[in-house]
Amino acid sequence: MSTEISDRIKKNPKFQQLVKKRSAYAWMLSLAVLVLFYGFILLVAFNPALMSLRLGGEASFITLGPVVILSMFVLFWVLTGLYVKRANGEFDALTRVLIKEATTGVSK
Amino acid sequence: MSRLFCGFSRSLSVAMGWLVSGVALAAGDPITAAEKQPLNLHAIVMFLVFVALTMGITYWASNRTKSAADFYTAGGGITGFQNGLAIAGDYMSAATLLGLTAMVYTSGLDGYIYMICFFVGWPLILFLMAERLRNLGRFTFADITAYRLDQGKVRTMASIGSLTVVCFYLIAQMVGAGQLIKLLFGLDYNVAVVAVGALMMVYVIKGGMLATTWVQIIKACMLLAGGTLVMILAMSQFGFSYATLIERATTLHVNGWAIMSPGKLTADPVTAVSLALGLMFGTAGLPHILMRFFTVTDAKEARKSVLYASGFIAYFFNVIFLMGLTAILIVGQNPEFFEGGTVGGKLVGGGNMVAMHLAKAVGGNLLLGFLAAVAFATILAVVSGLALAGASAVSHDLYARVIKKGRASEVDEMRVSRYATIALGVVAVVLGIAFEKQNVAFMVGLAFGIAASSNFPVLILSMYWKGLTTRGALAGGYAGLFLAVTLVVLSKSVWVAVLGNAAPLFPYDQPALFSMPVAFLVCVVVSLLDSSAAAKKEVAAFDDQFVRAQTGLGAASASNH
Repeated sequence: MSTEISDRIKKNPKFQQLVKKRSAYAWMLSLAVLVLFYGFILLVAFNPALMSLRLGGEASFITLGPVVILSMFVLFWVLTGLYVKRANGEFDALTRVLIKEATTGVSK
Repeated sequence: MSRLFCGFSRSLSVAMGWLVSGVALAAGDPITAAEKQPLNLHAIVMFLVFVALTMGITYWASNRTKSAADFYTAGGGITGFQNGLAIAGDYMSAATLLGLTAMVYTSGLDGYIYMICFFVGWPLILFLMAERLRNLGRFTFADITAYRLDQGKVRTMASIGSLTVVCFYLIAQMVGAGQLIKLLFGLDYNVAVVAVGALMMVYVIKGGMLATTWVQIIKACMLLAGGTLVMILAMSQFGFSYATLIERATTLHVNGWAIMSPGKLTADPVTAVSLALGLMFGTAGLPHILMRFFTVTDAKEARKSVLYASGFIAYFFNVIFLMGLTAILIVGQNPEFFEGGTVGGKLVGGGNMVAMHLAKAVGGNLLLGFLAAVAFATILAVVSGLALAGASAVSHDLYARVIKKGRASEVDEMRVSRYATIALGVVAVVLGIAFEKQNVAFMVGLAFGIAASSNFPVLILSMYWKGLTTRGALAGGYAGLFLAVTLVVLSKSVWVAVLGNAAPLFPYDQPALFSMPVAFLVCVVVSLLDSSAAAKKEVAAFDDQFVRAQTGLGAASASNH
């Protein structure tokens, strides 16, 4: 019976829609993290001097390195928040509909 | 070349296995009893309060730990917030507090770069793994890798991977615990190791995952509170101005303005990328971290737990960055913290004591005692999580599924898990004592290397790639395991530091950059070449697994009691 439900879900176009949407979103966010992070790592490796660049004039003690890293900490965390919000809202709602449609179909 | 991997091996040993360098440094650092006296009492009293509290929780948890699900996953009833704290607790070990503070104190920006490398795996675990883990797994990550593959063979391999990671990590923690406690509490090394082992066994055997989780939560709160307090007190000395702090730190630090530039840590792209890869994917293959995803009610809570965990971890790393920077001035300019009172000489108690000295400087003996107790609690909580993960690999995977082929009674399975915990505890204590004077740097590198090269590739492919077959998983998993071990043995931390050869045959300490792609490649190639009937069935079974992974249909649910 479980495979029967499973088959129904698989055949439901909403399932394909869910998978497509969620994968696209997850991969887009992952790509953003990977590109930014490895971009930063390569920048550090190839042009380390850039990291001690003073922001806002010669006398400034705010340098690029810590600013970039802090921004990454904040941004990456915000991205996890964005994913959790959409997955726990939109995607979970879609999942519930899917399971409901599949199970009520069986009991009939 | 040697400079390159020196930087890497140093960063590894400082931050992940702080114990490692701690062992080396501490061994040659005689601390007079007079200097240790005042902190002992505060630290021991506060630690005893922690032990009393956690024992109370363990007693409470033991009355609620009846079924196997209770034991392994706290009945799946942990909330996302609680689990987030527990994951953060698992991730923020004593190495994080002591090693990373010391790293910022010594190398400035390098420490901060290291921390972002250490953090960045978490968003990826959320996007690509968290909900699938929760939907497919029940007690151990082998539940997922063996979902549609040969139960016996794949679980055996997964348990070997888990147990190797757990054992090396446990021994490294034990040696670190002994050294740290000797230093902070003035207790004998052996006494400390036995105490940690005994407390760990009580938490795990009596209270299972519920007690282990709460020990971890309490410790995470203590760590966050202690770190924040030290940071605020320290920053108040600079009017809470980051610019003032940097101005004075770069003036007085021995390396001056250079501390705001990357140093040896990322000296070349290979070192940099292999560091980032090893940390990122090692995390995603650590059995005690993966296990946490099975303790929450559903995929929704699993996602939330990563959000909370990564929030706490990111916050704490930034606190540590500030602690390290303020320590440059507060500790680094105070003769009280240097041997013989010479500023710039050797730090009392070794390089890893920076965080402790900072606590003493800004909050006196009381705060120092508190932070020392936190460090002890941290080790205790981490080893408990490890022991539980190891015990589940033995009882749930090896005993119940491989030996008894799924016909073991729950009572028997739980009894085996308790024996396994005792066995792991004894092994950890005995080897912890045996390795007292050894350099155990390689053990942490090995644990992360195996996790990234054996556990992780098989796990991710089993969830994402329809074509993975039993043969492919076995070949790739064992290849990764074998290569990771071989490369670590040939690297500086074993070949030179343990075996005493002049130069390493493998120039990097973290093997993941090389062994992980090999594992993936072998998995894929062998699976593609596998045309057996079993392979066809396994591929066909992916669809049902995929539906469950995506929707949570049929996923293990919370037991209600």
